[in-house]
Amino acid sequence: MKKYEKAIEMILFISATIATLSVFLITFFIFKEGLPILLEYGILNFVFGANWAPTNGSYGALPMIIGSVSVTVGALIIGVPMGIACAIFLAEIAPTPLVKLFKPAVELLAGIPSVVYGFFGLSVIVPMIRTYILPIAQKFNSDAFTTGYSILGGAIILAVMILPTIINISENSIRAVPNEYKQGSLALGASQFDTISKVIVPAAKSGIITSVVLGMGRAVGETMAVILITGNMPKIPGSPLDSVATMTGTIAMEMGYASPMHQRALFATGIILFVFIMLLNVTATFTTRKLGRG
Amino acid sequence: MMNRTKIKVNDLNLFYGDFQALIDINLDIMENKVTALIGPSGCGKSTFIRTLNRMNDLIDNVKIKGEILLDGADIYDDKCDLIQLRKSVGMVFQKPNPFPKTVYENVAYGPKIHGVKSKTALDEIVEKSLRGAALWDEVKDRLDKPALGLSGGQQQRLCIARCLAVEPDVLLMDEPTSALDPISTLKIEDLLEELKKKYTIVIVTHNMQQAGRVSDFTSFFLNGEIIETDLTDNIFSKPRDKRTEDYITGRFG
Ligand SMILES: Nc1ncnc2c1ncn2[C@@H]1O[C@H](COP(=O)(O)OP(=O)(O)OP(=O)(O)O)[C@@H](O)[C@H]1O
Ligand SMILES: [Mg+2]
Repeated sequence: MKKYEKAIEMILFISATIATLSVFLITFFIFKEGLPILLEYGILNFVFGANWAPTNGSYGALPMIIGSVSVTVGALIIGVPMGIACAIFLAEIAPTPLVKLFKPAVELLAGIPSVVYGFFGLSVIVPMIRTYILPIAQKFNSDAFTTGYSILGGAIILAVMILPTIINISENSIRAVPNEYKQGSLALGASQFDTISKVIVPAAKSGIITSVVLGMGRAVGETMAVILITGNMPKIPGSPLDSVATMTGTIAMEMGYASPMHQRALFATGIILFVFIMLLNVTATFTTRKLGRG
Repeated sequence: MMNRTKIKVNDLNLFYGDFQALIDINLDIMENKVTALIGPSGCGKSTFIRTLNRMNDLIDNVKIKGEILLDGADIYDDKCDLIQLRKSVGMVFQKPNPFPKTVYENVAYGPKIHGVKSKTALDEIVEKSLRGAALWDEVKDRLDKPALGLSGGQQQRLCIARCLAVEPDVLLMDEPTSALDPISTLKIEDLLEELKKKYTIVIVTHNMQQAGRVSDFTSFFLNGEIIETDLTDNIFSKPRDKRTEDYITGRFG
């Protein structure tokens, strides 16, 4: 008996150690490969350099940073309101049969491989931007031009990709709001809309914020879909219709043929990505904690 | 003093699916009096009190027949404005359920959703309601603190204040003190004495002494029916029905 328990304890311990160790190993590896060039080239030169021309020894990562940020922010602008609205609908408004239809569909969305999203974006969204959005843009600015491979396209696809994350986590946290709050509000003569917007959603806010941060993490880290849609031009964009290259996309595309120096620059880009995600997680933890108390 | 009927219930029947939870209920609830509903567990007291502000509408599969007249108008009529109804018929629940907001925001919530915007007006309502619920002195220095940090008894009085803030005529209370300690319970009972001067109160209680202490009228429920309604003094001293007597003397249920 005792022996079994010891063995099981050991297995659990080893599993936990491997999981934790992997994180440290990966971190160590990225920093070991990328840090030297970052220091040698100058962190500021690297982060704020506007010119990415690895073959000429010019490693300005700013275009990719802006690329990643713009695509992610775009995805959030489109995806967050939609996701939260959908979560509220599923948790509070939709009748059960409809929920039974919607939920599996949303879960399916999460299971679609990202290359399929990319392909869909490439063959549907990109041409649509070219044929429908461009003429609209040209009404305001006659010089406007786009191939369709753009921040906007990437943002739309990423918005759909982060929907399941936002919907599922937000819906769960809305469902977890005690029924008593709802009853208390309705019994005061509040409408269903007031009850949702002033009691239920505020009570679920920490879960909703978590869902947004996790969705953001997914958007920043997404690679395949983004490669296929954003055009991969490492230039600082002037409008949402311009092409961009993201950090992840650039690493994935250039690693294969990169010279040793270039490779290290890509690892340095990885460090920046890493710091990004870390900052995201830390902010998330802090806001959740702060709000949890209020 | 003349008693005026505030709520008149006529031949009310309520079904949860196939199960009939209320059978031919007839009851007059008097204005500015406390009416206590007593009866064994599962006899339909909560179900009945929820019909008075239509909180049963939230439950699937509920069918209701009969009428409930509030000041002469049927609240189950299609013309009835649900928001207005719940504004004038407030409800305090068994378990204190303040919102996860500040003390101030809890009380101001009702007036705000009903359109009060001015800060001074809200401040006034909040103070008046908290005083009305005998809570002002205890919380006046922590209005901006989370309501969930108050004690259970304070939370329950906060919920009463929250109701008072929308200026109801009727207060429904479903076992409002069952989750509270004896001291908090006494405070709420004293409060009822004060509140009935301005409000009509319906209270469900399992505590016979409480019913005796706070109420003017008592209705005895059994298996979805009202067995007998009378002045509380009569119910407790000379009940007309054998079953009422058995229940209040603790010989059953
Ligand atoms: N939502 C519901 N669906 C189906 N049946 C219900 C529902 N709510 C209550 N009932 C049934 O209706 C009957 C009356 O319930 P109710 O809660 O009104 O009793 P009560 O007198 O308040 O009891 P207690 O003193 O235990 O609170 C019970 O038999 C109960 O099982
Ligand atoms: Mg009950």
